[in-house]
Amino acid sequence: MSPIRVALLILKKDFAIEVKSLEIVSTTLFFAVSCLIVFSFAFVKEGAPVQDAAAGILWIAIAFSGTLALGRIFERERYGETLRALLLAPAPRPAIYLGKLFGMVLLMLSTEVVLVPMVALLFQAPLFSRPLLLIVLLLAGTVGFASVGTLFAAMLVRARTREIMLPILLYPVTIPVMIAGVQGTSALLQNTPDEAMATMWISIVTAFDTVFLTFCLWMFEPLMTE
Amino acid sequence: MQNFFLPVFGVTALMFAVAPFVIANAPYESTMLLVQKIFYFHVPAWFVMFTAIFISGVYDAIYLFKGDRRADRIAAAAAELAVIFGLMGLVTGPLWGRKAWGVWWQWDARLTMALLLEVIFIGYLLVRKYGGPGSEKLSAAMAVFGMLNVPFVYISVNIWRTVHPRTSVVPTLGPGMFGAFWFSVCAFMLLFVLLMALRVRFEHQRAKLDDLYLAEET
Repeated sequence: MSPIRVALLILKKDFAIEVKSLEIVSTTLFFAVSCLIVFSFAFVKEGAPVQDAAAGILWIAIAFSGTLALGRIFERERYGETLRALLLAPAPRPAIYLGKLFGMVLLMLSTEVVLVPMVALLFQAPLFSRPLLLIVLLLAGTVGFASVGTLFAAMLVRARTREIMLPILLYPVTIPVMIAGVQGTSALLQNTPDEAMATMWISIVTAFDTVFLTFCLWMFEPLMTE
Repeated sequence: MQNFFLPVFGVTALMFAVAPFVIANAPYESTMLLVQKIFYFHVPAWFVMFTAIFISGVYDAIYLFKGDRRADRIAAAAAELAVIFGLMGLVTGPLWGRKAWGVWWQWDARLTMALLLEVIFIGYLLVRKYGGPGSEKLSAAMAVFGMLNVPFVYISVNIWRTVHPRTSVVPTLGPGMFGAFWFSVCAFMLLFVLLMALRVRFEHQRAKLDDLYLAEET
């Protein structure tokens, strides 16, 4: 069976479980919205949002809710004691990682579909002035964050202190994605959107994605052996 | 290890004893005067930190792919030293910055990168200590990612901001300063080698002890 097919099968399995309960999607989404509300108290002064705050708020909400979701995607396997079965499946290990990564990216993107309009609305940000560039930037940033995050979450499944360890490990490593995401988005939020700047940040995130995704696929196997 | 430890220890101790005189006798830098002297401490600390990060990343990659536990011990020792020397850099940097820039901290490219690397390697030590069984592998992945991340953090933060003196300062040093600077770097590197040797030996002995306990139990 080809690795992509295995990955899609794992995605299908996770999707089928998720659709029945909507547990991760609903909690992640609600958490992201709560983040936005908390930020609004810090970054709205006299009824108007602080200048350039929207880009930062959007990306912090994405990172926080993404971390929450990452903690959950492997939790289900752990509770059901199915992780070992998954690893024993006659399939290449990187394909398992890829399947989980697809699920994670889809989950984060579905949160972003709600988050972006909410940020635009609540913080009066012209997020839709260059929709295509914004979508590419969000997609590249999400893949970067999720690729490292999925690997770390998988590694931490058996660790005692996984809830606290995940953000400790993940945030410093994904800082380039956050810088590029925030700077790229705020370039798009200027009165006259700075397309050249946004494109440059997109290319940096894409390079990050390529290097880290390759390494994650390469390292998943030695990391997940018992 | 015994063979080279004592001579290296002697040379390092001597160099550290002489270093204050060498630094005091080095000529003043024309604009920063006395403040610049911290440079003989600050820059070598970073040199050692980057060497340690590189060693840690490479040996942990070897550990992950070859499963050689000795490589992991070397990497762990290097990671600890990276944190210690990084801390030296992070303490001496703001001391200089307060005089030269008027503020303790700037969100400059090199400063931010140094801070992030420090955070990554503190994360490494935390995972190793509190991660529970199998935490060696987790921390090994962290070291490899930390090393890989260096260029990305550098590029992204560099575009974001830069006020730190360029690294090209080093080749342009005056003759007196040049000697004092490389003397300091050598002293720090020797100190690093010594501490590494001690730390690796300690890890080897701990591993040996663990093996003995395991043999006893079975």
